[in-house]
Amino acid sequence: MMSINTPEKKIPTPQKPWKPSVAERSQSIAVGVLAALASIAVVALTPMKGLLPFLILSGIFAIIIGYLKGLIGRGSTTAKNNSVGVLLGLGMTIALIPIASILHTTISRGYKGLHWGLWLNDMSLNTSTDPIAEGGLYHALVGTLIMVSIALVIALPLGILTAIYLTEIKGRFARPVRFLVQAMSGVPSIVAGLFIMSAIVYPITKTFSGLMGALALSILMIPTIARTAEEVLLLIPNDLREAGVALGGTQWRTVAMVVLPAARSGLVTAMILGIARVVGETAPILLVSGGGDAVNYNPFTGPMGSLPFYVWKSFFFGTEEATTRGWAGLLVLLSFVIILFFLARTLSTKKVKR
Amino acid sequence: MSSPDLSAPKQMQERHTEMTSNQETSGTSPSSLASVAAARTTKAPSAKRLGTGLEAKGIHAWFGTNHVLSDISIDFASGSVTALIGPSGCGKSTFIRTLNRMHEFIPTAAMAGEVLLDGKDIYAPGTDVTKIRLKIGMVFQKPNPFPSMTIGENVMSGLRLSQLKTSNKDDLIEECLHRAGLWNEVKDRLDEHGGALSGGQQQRLCIARSLAVSPHVLLMDEPCSALDPGSTLKIEDTIAELSETMTIIIVTHNMQQAARVSDYTAFFLSDGGPGEMVEYGKTSDIFSNPRDKRTENYVTGRFG
Repeated sequence: MMSINTPEKKIPTPQKPWKPSVAERSQSIAVGVLAALASIAVVALTPMKGLLPFLILSGIFAIIIGYLKGLIGRGSTTAKNNSVGVLLGLGMTIALIPIASILHTTISRGYKGLHWGLWLNDMSLNTSTDPIAEGGLYHALVGTLIMVSIALVIALPLGILTAIYLTEIKGRFARPVRFLVQAMSGVPSIVAGLFIMSAIVYPITKTFSGLMGALALSILMIPTIARTAEEVLLLIPNDLREAGVALGGTQWRTVAMVVLPAARSGLVTAMILGIARVVGETAPILLVSGGGDAVNYNPFTGPMGSLPFYVWKSFFFGTEEATTRGWAGLLVLLSFVIILFFLARTLSTKKVKR
Repeated sequence: MSSPDLSAPKQMQERHTEMTSNQETSGTSPSSLASVAAARTTKAPSAKRLGTGLEAKGIHAWFGTNHVLSDISIDFASGSVTALIGPSGCGKSTFIRTLNRMHEFIPTAAMAGEVLLDGKDIYAPGTDVTKIRLKIGMVFQKPNPFPSMTIGENVMSGLRLSQLKTSNKDDLIEECLHRAGLWNEVKDRLDEHGGALSGGQQQRLCIARSLAVSPHVLLMDEPCSALDPGSTLKIEDTIAELSETMTIIIVTHNMQQAARVSDYTAFFLSDGGPGEMVEYGKTSDIFSNPRDKRTENYVTGRFG
C-alpha cells in the first residue's frame, strides 16, 4: 500500500500522559499506610481495642490525610476531591465485605460435602445425619429444575405481555397495573405459598405437588420479569415504533417484528433475573410442594423437593454431617445463581453480530 | 425492473456545480437561490406515475388545547416535489404527520380538516389506516433502520410488516437500493446489520425501505438535517429520481435544498399563535419574487 507520507516521517510512540506517575501513585499508597499507622497508634494508646475500631479509624484517617495532602499540594478543591475519592473507595470495600464473606463461608464449608454421589443419589434411603458420602441431592436438583421451568413457562409470557401492555398499549389501566406490579414485587414469598395453598391445594387438589410449587414461584416471578422487561422496552427508541407503523405495519406486527427483536438481549436478562429471584425460595415449596426426599419426575402428584428445601432440612437436624450437607447444597445453589447472573450479563452485553 | 440509470441526468449535474458554488459563497444571497430555483426545468409528465397526488383541505391541529396549526390547504400534484419551509415550531412537522396519520400517535393530539388521497379522505370513518400508510411512505429526520435486521431484511421489512407477498425478493431489494442510490455501496454486504452503515447510508437505507411497498406519496421530515453535504447531495439526487414516479413532500431548514429539489414551496410561520401558511407557490416564484414581505425576509435569511 502506498503511503502519502514520506518514508522519513517519524511516528511517535503512543503514550498516556494522563496516567498517574510512579511518584503520584506512591504518594497515594503512602496516604493509606499513614492512615493505618495512625489508627494502630490510636488503638494501642486508647481503650479502643480490636480489629473493628482499627478499620473504622483507618477509614477516617485516610479521609483526613487525603484531604490534607490535597490541601497542601493544590488547594481546597483538590482536597475535597481526594477525600470524596477515599470515601467512595471505602464505601465500595464495605459493600464488598458481606459478599466476599458469603462466598468464602459457603465455599470453605460447602466443598467438604461435595462428592460424586451428590449428583446421582437422593435422600429416600438416608437421613441428613448419615455419613456425608451417602445420599445426595439429585432429587432436589431435579425438583428445582422442574419447578423453576414450569414457573418460567407460566411467568415469562405473562410478564412480557404485562410489560408490552405498560409500554406499548399504555391503556387506561396502565397506571394501576404498574402500581400493582411494583407492589407485587415486594410480596413476601410465603404469602405466595399461602395463596396457592388456600386457593388451590386445600379446596381443589388436596395434595402436595411440584405444579403447586411452580405456581407459587410464578407469582413471585411475574413482577420481576414484568418490571425488568418494562424498563428494557422503554429503552427502545420511539423512532423504531413510528418507522414500523409508517411502513404500514399494525401495532401488533410492529411490536412483534421490530420492538421485541430490538429488545431481545434485555428480555433474556429479564428472564434470567426472574429465575434468580425464585430459585432460592424455600417457604412456598415447603407449603405447597411438600419437599420430598425421593426423586419425583412427576410435577402433578406427590411431594417434590428443591435445593433450598434440601438446605433448610439439612440445617434443621443440626448434626455435623447434616450441617455439611446443608453447606454443600448452598454451594450448589449459589453456583447455580452465579452462573445465571453471569449468563445474563454476557447475553445482555453481547453486541449485534456484524 | 427497469435498468437503473447510473449516470446522473445532465440537469442534476448542473445542480451539483450550482450547489458547490453556492456552498463556497458564505451566506445566502437571494439572487443565487433564485437562480438555483430557476435552473430547475419542468419535468415532462411520466407515464409511470403512481396515484393522483394528495390534497390537504383546511388542516388544523391541536396538542391538548394548544392550537398549533391553522387552516392549511395545499394540493400536492402527482409527481411534484413540494418543500415545506419555515422556522422551527411553525408546524411543518405536525402538518406532514397529519398527512399519513402519524399525528394521532401523540396522545393529546387532535385535528380538523380533510386529507384526500386519490380523492378519498384518509380520515373518513372505516378507513384502513395501515393501507393508507402503505401508500404514503415516510422518511424521518433521524436515520432509523431496524437494528435487529440485516440491510436486506430492512428493505423487505415494509412487506413483512404489512404481510404482503413478493414474487422475487432479491430483485425487489436490488431495485429499491438502486433507486435509493445505495446499491453499489452495499451490494456485497446485504447480510450485515443496518447499524454498520454510516449515517447517510442509513438514511438512504430508510428511503429504500419506504420504496419497497411502492408508495404513491413520500413524506420526508428533514431527511438530511443529520447528514454531511455529500450524503445530502446523494439523497437530493434520489429525490429527483423518485419524483419521476411519486409525489414527494419534504420538510427542510435548508433554503438551498428547497430551491434545488422542489417544484413548489410552502412557507409556514407562527407568530406566537398557531402555525399558518404564509405563501405557497412555484419554488422559483417563492425564491425570486415572493408576494409576501415575510417570505422574502425568511428566504433571504433576515430572520428565522
